[in-house]
Amino acid sequence: MQTQTLTRKIETENLSVFYGSFKAISDVSVEIYENNVTALIGPSGCGKSTFLRSLNRLNDLVPKTAVAGKVLLDDTDIYAPSQDVVDIRRRVGIVFQRPNPFPMSIFDNVAYGPRLYGIKKKSVLAEIVEESLRGAALWDEVKDKLDKSGLALSGGQQQRLCIARTIAIEPEVILMDEPASALDPIATLRIEELIRKLRERFTIVIVTHNMQQAARVSDYTAFFNMGDDRAGYLVEFDETDRIFTNPQQKLTEEYITGRFG
Amino acid sequence: MTPTRAEFENELNAIRSNVTRMALLVNTAIKKAMQALETRDENLARQIIADDRHINDLRFQIEADALATIARQQPVAGDLRLIIAVMTIVPELERMADHAAGIAKIAIEMGKEPPLKPLIDLPRMAAIAQEMLTDSMRAFNAVDTAAAKHIIARDDEVDALYEQVFRELVSFMIEDPHTVTRAMYLLFIGHNLERIADRVTNICERVVFLAEGKIEETPGNDSAISLAD
Repeated sequence: MQTQTLTRKIETENLSVFYGSFKAISDVSVEIYENNVTALIGPSGCGKSTFLRSLNRLNDLVPKTAVAGKVLLDDTDIYAPSQDVVDIRRRVGIVFQRPNPFPMSIFDNVAYGPRLYGIKKKSVLAEIVEESLRGAALWDEVKDKLDKSGLALSGGQQQRLCIARTIAIEPEVILMDEPASALDPIATLRIEELIRKLRERFTIVIVTHNMQQAARVSDYTAFFNMGDDRAGYLVEFDETDRIFTNPQQKLTEEYITGRFG
Repeated sequence: MTPTRAEFENELNAIRSNVTRMALLVNTAIKKAMQALETRDENLARQIIADDRHINDLRFQIEADALATIARQQPVAGDLRLIIAVMTIVPELERMADHAAGIAKIAIEMGKEPPLKPLIDLPRMAAIAQEMLTDSMRAFNAVDTAAAKHIIARDDEVDALYEQVFRELVSFMIEDPHTVTRAMYLLFIGHNLERIADRVTNICERVVFLAEGKIEETPGNDSAISLAD
């Protein structure tokens, strides 16, 4: 069902990540297309979260992490010495599994990032907050209580608040690490619908344990597995339609049909 | 609040409207085939045969979309029944278009030979079958069981006309064996039209399934015509 022409936003070239002497992922080469949703699926321990976190250098925060290979963002290697990691994380935002609003008002949660980047004018902040909350499909539910604590919202609302907080600094790419696994089914579907909408403005990479969710939300799917050396590797990458109707690898078929994993 | 599954809804709507579009193309093919027959327009007949490819393509497109929707959206209940109904409706439509192309081929075979008899009952059969097809799409889109059952009942009108055509042509052939070829042409056309109407009833059975979840043959729609009597 893809019709638009594809622009490569991120490309990894033989990416391997090590935690000390342990190789977590091995030689992953994949292309992430702009304004598309790419889902990373695979059994536990296959390295999909490690791969995700390597796309905005979040792994740098883990001691003894080493990276081999390249991660190109708009054709520039984000691990090159000249790169500013703060800038990379502004361009490539992330949303986590557990909604983690800051213990402050809804307004301040969303305004936090823009303030950090030096925006002080109240009217500009208010505009960004409204725009971001609308973008996260939360505005109508919270517009009358922006001064209430973000922690007072329901789980699904909190996750949408976190998404609003992420898009407030206008990233180019949004990484999502199991963004709906702590939510009930309806809140989950709401997040999924939001992801479909966000792809019009952003490039999205999502890790999910839920294969059906990958099938519903993504345009492309990458299937990872754990090798004999326990290092994760990429088994298959293709259009989601194809992965879920006619995968090329037997291992992919076995995984998505629930035969292993 | 935004609808929970807007994209899924859009996919289902796109499939629905493609089915309706396919039925429109089939209806046009039937209409043009009868026109080619009545006016002995060989060019028109050849065009119908060539255009059949587009209808086949649309069938495969709809089936691919339905397959992808099952794999990606995990439809259940009414949504699942819709997809399953569509999977059986589109082959029926495609075969109806084949019948129209069959009529066009016979029109070409007949060439400029004078018709054995004036075309009266065959155009009536075609008109009823076309109405049934149009109505079946209305019933499909409205998920209207009562309308679907009403359309199924109309198949008897087409069958009755076909039996009449059959008897008449047989008597021609008995009287003068030289008419056999030309009589057979007309009989084949009648057969194609009768099959088209049968296939509409199959679509209507799927509408009943879509509405009620029951898969069953509607009484009286056993499609085999009792010509042997």
